[in-house]
Amino acid sequence: MSTKEPLIDIAGIYFSYSGGPPVLRDLDFRLYAGDRVGVIAPNGSGKTTLFHLIVGLIKPLSGRMKIFGKEVREEKDFTEVRGRIGLLFQDADDQLFSPTVLEDVAFGPLNLGKSKEEAAAIASRTLASLGLNGFEDRITFKLSGGEKRLVSLATVLAMEPEVLLLDEPANGLDVKTRAALITILRGLNLSYILISHEMDFLSATTTTIYTMEEGRILLDQEAHIHQHLHAHPLGLCPHEHCPLEQRKS
Amino acid sequence: MIDEPFAAGDSLIHRLDPRIRLVSAAAYSCVVAVCREFPVLIAALLLSIALVSLARLRISEVIKRLVVVNGLVFFLWLVIPFTFPGDPLLRIGPLSASREGIALAGQITLKSNAIILAFMALVTTMPLSTLGHALNRLQIADKIVHLLLMTYRYIFVLEQEYQRLMRATRVRGFQPGTNLHTYRTYAYVVGMLFVRAGERAERVHQAMLCRGFKQKFYSLHEFRAGRSGWIFALLMTVVLVLLVALERGALL
Repeated sequence: MSTKEPLIDIAGIYFSYSGGPPVLRDLDFRLYAGDRVGVIAPNGSGKTTLFHLIVGLIKPLSGRMKIFGKEVREEKDFTEVRGRIGLLFQDADDQLFSPTVLEDVAFGPLNLGKSKEEAAAIASRTLASLGLNGFEDRITFKLSGGEKRLVSLATVLAMEPEVLLLDEPANGLDVKTRAALITILRGLNLSYILISHEMDFLSATTTTIYTMEEGRILLDQEAHIHQHLHAHPLGLCPHEHCPLEQRKS
Repeated sequence: MIDEPFAAGDSLIHRLDPRIRLVSAAAYSCVVAVCREFPVLIAALLLSIALVSLARLRISEVIKRLVVVNGLVFFLWLVIPFTFPGDPLLRIGPLSASREGIALAGQITLKSNAIILAFMALVTTMPLSTLGHALNRLQIADKIVHLLLMTYRYIFVLEQEYQRLMRATRVRGFQPGTNLHTYRTYAYVVGMLFVRAGERAERVHQAMLCRGFKQKFYSLHEFRAGRSGWIFALLMTVVLVLLVALERGALL
């Protein structure tokens, strides 16, 4: 157990959508500064719900949530939280609502009380740091899927958050954008929780991987013997694969 | 897909301050709409044509738009001359067209073409986002401006959702016909679009809340009128005064 105080500390959370069965059941979770946590779990197991709870878009039925050392309950508690925790939505079209890229990226900083010049400067700087130079005047809905994803990441990063919540950021990306995203995430100096269905993406970007079962978060560190299916030319001919270590020597 | 073929350009008009263009177009269309004298209306039409050529718009695109407007005007020609009371000028069977009716239909035709052309030259030559910001700078209520911008932003997303739904029906062999099955399918598609639009709106709102949205929008745009802007504004004012004077003079 770390002596540092966790950034996010939630305990005994119950949640269900109106009239439905409980999605989260007695959920405990802690995130410490510097943690890079991956969550892999089946659809409908409550991953996105957990994110929405953390930023206060939905409220738990019961349980306790402490964020940055402060108990959070009401909408006004979460206003501060949202300035320090950035949530990247699954669908970039939900995130990008302004006509131009620059305006969308500057929207968060402006809400945090920055002046127009500062906000525009932050926006340009954030775009440049993601390799999106010259995107300022592009029209948001005319971007490609991969560009939309990176621009929405920029809109979140422009608020200079301490924690990132990434909801399936690699979903539907081509190989190149995916690789770019991995490089970006690894280079970020902040803590994040990342939801993904892809184990290799998670292992490239996170240090701890959790899974969710029956509305709770479980740490899965046991090694399991498992098989991979894979495809390559002449795959039908009898052949052998040697372990990675031998291949290098 | 909705596109803005006139917005990209580098003509004299394109470079004018959008606010001045908007105010000019609005004032001009008000004046033209209330004028009745044919010399004034013809002068206005010629002026609009001059503006369009100044903006160097693609003639084929301009004509395509005029055809739509005049399609509507055509129906007025079918009705107004035969229903407006006045001296009968020409008889077709039991129907008679009045001189006043024909004059009125002529006025409407000239006015609508003049106004549409002026708007094409002055307003459609700016991207819609610029239009929104210019309206904002002209002290139009925030809510109206953002309604406009958000509608424009999400109409594309909705169009894509519509295309997705229609593809889903087509790949399962749906062929529209005149039958209950077709009507029901379309009703489902439209209903589903409403549901999805509603959910989308909710998620967009959530995403905005996450970024600290406090019921206030900010505009990063700064406009500068510059000398050419003021010259254009002055010219437009002179033209409007002349049009009004011509209209009043003709009345005396």
